[in-house]
Amino acid sequence: MSTLVIKDLHVAIEGKEILKGVNLTINTNEVHAIMGPNGTGKSTLAAAIMGHPKYEVIQGTIEIDGQNVLEMEVDERAKAGLFLAMQYPSEISGVTNADFIRSAINARRGEGNEISIMQFIRELDKTMEFLEMDSEMAQRYLNEGFSGGEKKRNEILQMMMLKPTFAILDEIDSGLDIDALKVVAKGVNAMRGENFGCLLITHYQRLLNYITPDYVHVMMQGRVVKSGGPELAKKLEAEGYEWIKKELGIENTDAVIEKEEV
Amino acid sequence: MSIETKLAFSASEVRSFSESNNEPKWFADLRAAAIEKAAELPMPKPDKTNIEKWDFINFPKHTVKSDLFAIEELPEEVKELIDIDYQENLYIQRNNTPAVLKLSEELKAQGVIFTDFLTAVREHGDLVQKYFMTTAVKSDEHRLAAYHAALVNGGVFLYIPKNVVIEKPIQVVFLHDDEEASLFNHVLIVADQNSSVTYVENYLSTVETAKGQANLIEEVIALDNAQVTFGAVDVLAKGFTTYVNRRAHLNRDAKINWALGLMNNSNTISENITHLVGDGSSADTKTVVVATGEQKQNFTTEVRHWGKNSEGFILTHGVVKDAAQTIFNGIGKIEHGASKSNAQQESRVLMLSGKARGDANPILLIDENDVMAGHAASVGRVDPTQLYYMMSRGISKEEAERLIIHGFLAPVVNSLPIEGVKKQLTKVIEGKVRK
Repeated sequence: MSTLVIKDLHVAIEGKEILKGVNLTINTNEVHAIMGPNGTGKSTLAAAIMGHPKYEVIQGTIEIDGQNVLEMEVDERAKAGLFLAMQYPSEISGVTNADFIRSAINARRGEGNEISIMQFIRELDKTMEFLEMDSEMAQRYLNEGFSGGEKKRNEILQMMMLKPTFAILDEIDSGLDIDALKVVAKGVNAMRGENFGCLLITHYQRLLNYITPDYVHVMMQGRVVKSGGPELAKKLEAEGYEWIKKELGIENTDAVIEKEEV
Repeated sequence: MSIETKLAFSASEVRSFSESNNEPKWFADLRAAAIEKAAELPMPKPDKTNIEKWDFINFPKHTVKSDLFAIEELPEEVKELIDIDYQENLYIQRNNTPAVLKLSEELKAQGVIFTDFLTAVREHGDLVQKYFMTTAVKSDEHRLAAYHAALVNGGVFLYIPKNVVIEKPIQVVFLHDDEEASLFNHVLIVADQNSSVTYVENYLSTVETAKGQANLIEEVIALDNAQVTFGAVDVLAKGFTTYVNRRAHLNRDAKINWALGLMNNSNTISENITHLVGDGSSADTKTVVVATGEQKQNFTTEVRHWGKNSEGFILTHGVVKDAAQTIFNGIGKIEHGASKSNAQQESRVLMLSGKARGDANPILLIDENDVMAGHAASVGRVDPTQLYYMMSRGISKEEAERLIIHGFLAPVVNSLPIEGVKKQLTKVIEGKVRK
């Protein structure tokens, strides 16, 4: 079993503190969902875990099985088992999807231990079929000209090919129609197991109808303010966030402290 | 402006060189007239690069004699470019010496002419005289054009008769392996009506340095409805002063696709101009460049619209590193009367070092109302968001940059129709980016 432990995490962007002490522990074989109104720091948490250069960690720790993640470069974090399905994946012209994924797999496997082309193609074909992706997407340039839904599927394709220990899915459901949402959920559910832990970041309970989380956390004002089981998400869907604010005495006006950052 | 007009060759030397080649009188006269003019004509003026101090004139030897080699004995670097078993139409020139020439019986029977340039002057005088520096490039347009006409010492001539469609690429390799050599190569391609051809050339230095001149003029004449695909990869050694002028003249409904990988290690002035003279003619121009070291280079790509409904697309992607200085001029010019024409261009420059200098100058000159035109230009560093995205998959920063650069230069690599040439360009890019 692996464990991702986030302790007292404070993160600033351009000098402004967004996360103000996040505590979260995720084990493999667990799916956690983080919910919350817009601008409460959910995406900042995802970016800080992955090591986005714009986000500055000013206090706290992130560890995977005792290894200090914050000391690692972005690629080292990936090699340590982290994966972030991004809200806005980059487009890279001239680099095919297949070449990119193969380079990423080989970067993890290391020199001398590269995946054979045949094995790679077999796995890629199989996974694309599973995600109901057109096989020509393998030869298209990475995310270039992909629709919103195609980009999200492509993130899930990369996740399934790279087999991370911990995947963070940042608003993977935004902009998806119900069919695409089901496919994305199918991908995540297929990964669930002893070697996989997942952190879903979402506004909407809808995604959680297809991926049942083990834990649900509510984030507000840069902190996790409430945690519970799947029933918490249902309650949020039915009643909104007002009752939590009341319960915790949070002023409405403070709720929006961050613009959603890319 | 007074300019030092002493040329490296006199009129009598030009005459005697012409005589030693048994050239017809018209060509000897043309050379002699050109050397006189070269002394008077002004230099070309590449926009934003001052070439006053560049030496385009002096060289140690006008021609060098190189040994021939059998096709099995080709140097490894040349072999890699060619699929020997498959390539039926091939010209290899070693420095100034025609070394290998193959043309399939089938094409010969169809009337295709493919031969080294000086042989063409002797044996196909009618065609050469009609098109040599008369239509696309004029021998009196500036000093370097006249100097070229006077001193031309190699190159190739390709004529595709009416209605002949050549399926397989014609391949040419200009090998430079003698430091003393100068290249005054002339390439003349005449594609007659309704013909179609793919031509791919490599300029390849296998010596580290050069002491001579590379003054290269290449002309493509595409008559009505002809289609020409022109691929080139230039890798000339440091030490040359390179002037390379590739120009096309298109008649009605003719079409040209340029795919140019300009990877010289020398200081280089490159000019690539397409004249869309006929109505409905079109040009697709793709150029990629990697500039390194202390190179100074100027690349001008121009599509000039004369004909109605003509279409021109210019794509230029340049990578500039170390202390290299590189200017990219992209010009779309629509002349009065060229209505319903479309001039589009995209210039992008990726800077890999703080000391490098790169400039993209998109220019649209429009003298007609009813047209479409557009341009996009950018000069910048590798996008940190792209790097972050790729690194988040476990790819190191260096590898991510490498992938982004290869992707950036892919438009030309992917357009080259010969596998060996494609691989070589990828290898050259790799070498230049890694260094």
